[in-house]
Amino acid sequence: MIPVVVSLGQSNNPLKRELEETVIAELSKQAEFHLIVVPNLYDLTPKGESIAKLQELPDNLLVFSWLYQRSAHWILDRNGIHGKLGEVLLNTDDDQDDEETTAEDDQESAEDVTRVIDQRPPSNRTIYCLNLRAAETAAEFVSEAKRIAEEISAGGLDSWIQGEPTEEQQKRYQQPQNDTALGPPTTSSEAVRIEEAAGRRWYPVIDFSRCTNCMECIDFCLFGVYGVDQAETILVEQPDNCRKGCPACSRVCPENAIVFPQHKTPAIAGAAVETGGFKIDLSLLFGQPDAAQLAAQERDEQLVLAGREPVEETPILAKRQSGTTAGNPDQLDELLDGLDSLDL
Amino acid sequence: MSEPLIFMMGEFAAEFPTDRQYARNHMWALTFSGHLRFGFTAYAVRLLQDVYFLDWTISAPSALQSQQEIGSIESKKAESSLYAPVSGELTEFNAKLLSDPSAINTDKYGGGWLFDMEPAGPELPLLTPEEYIEHLDGVWKITQQTIKGQLND
Repeated sequence: MIPVVVSLGQSNNPLKRELEETVIAELSKQAEFHLIVVPNLYDLTPKGESIAKLQELPDNLLVFSWLYQRSAHWILDRNGIHGKLGEVLLNTDDDQDDEETTAEDDQESAEDVTRVIDQRPPSNRTIYCLNLRAAETAAEFVSEAKRIAEEISAGGLDSWIQGEPTEEQQKRYQQPQNDTALGPPTTSSEAVRIEEAAGRRWYPVIDFSRCTNCMECIDFCLFGVYGVDQAETILVEQPDNCRKGCPACSRVCPENAIVFPQHKTPAIAGAAVETGGFKIDLSLLFGQPDAAQLAAQERDEQLVLAGREPVEETPILAKRQSGTTAGNPDQLDELLDGLDSLDL
Repeated sequence: MSEPLIFMMGEFAAEFPTDRQYARNHMWALTFSGHLRFGFTAYAVRLLQDVYFLDWTISAPSALQSQQEIGSIESKKAESSLYAPVSGELTEFNAKLLSDPSAINTDKYGGGWLFDMEPAGPELPLLTPEEYIEHLDGVWKITQQTIKGQLND
């Protein structure tokens, strides 16, 4: 059976509640799924019952939440639930995982940038994260879950046994006839519900498929949120030191690898960052402070709120900017290029 | 306690107790064991209707400037950011509302309180109930236009 985790939202919006419950009820009826219902994934504490339960699940996993795919995936990762990011076809418009196809990425891979994830042993489990905002009806989620279940059962054979299975072998694997097979039981099972008091939390989540371990965040944050592990890899060491509402470190991250899943700006909350969007944001032209300024400003606000002295200068950022050569196109160049290419 | 004041929002009679003061951003303020306690007025609650979700973007205690953004709210009819009504230290949020914000609808002048503040100084930009009703007279028309304008989008 494939474990399906449903992470409930924080809102009491009856439409959202109904969608959650219908998805749970419909998937519970399917013999191939085993449902586990937990409070909002982001709010769970590492030592809580829900995380303990999720850590026990050894298999490929489906996760439904009101979070962007990247957010859900890397929250799980931080809690020791590792896996590859499974491809989900039911997405919100701003949650398409199209990273691999962007020109920017090609350029970077040419530069041979090492991501933290490259240093890890590859995982042979896949975690499929579905964003409950992606569709309005439970039926769409159920059919996507079934599609993924088929993909998992088809892929299972390929990944464990070398060579191509014949059609007959594949069929026998998927629908075993002998009575020793650990096939799916024919009866549906009740969803397991973990009721765990989950207070609201606020902390950064690192996307290690983007993170290059550059240490800008640990240099920037003055609240001791970040640390390094024994292999000198960055980690969110003291998540609860983070200042509620402050997303400043995600703005200084050169790779957009830091996610605050509850922030109201989609790009900070883990939406796929737009690379060639239709609309151009002209806020920069009209005086919006750039990300570095904004980050320093937000950090200063938090320092003042915490009764400490603001920094009011950003040596780290100055250092980074001094390293860029004049020939490199900056954000404004990209913006103007975007304008030029518009058919005005 | 004397009779509450009434402001007619169309057919709906919004009531405002006279035992407290009011902020222009549609919160009431009541002195409560040395602090100033704030909550939504009947006018705000009528516009919001059922509240589904409340979130604060700061943690208590925090020193705030008047009109600083402090959180957001989602209801049946609206989504909005929330702002500090006065300058001062916000000492405590009503924690019960985070898991279940329905007291905002069922007991807006009591158990549905939002937060306590220690105002920065004695001069507060708060209104008497009568002044608040006058303020509503001024903003009700614009509010209706705002709502209709957004509905027509």
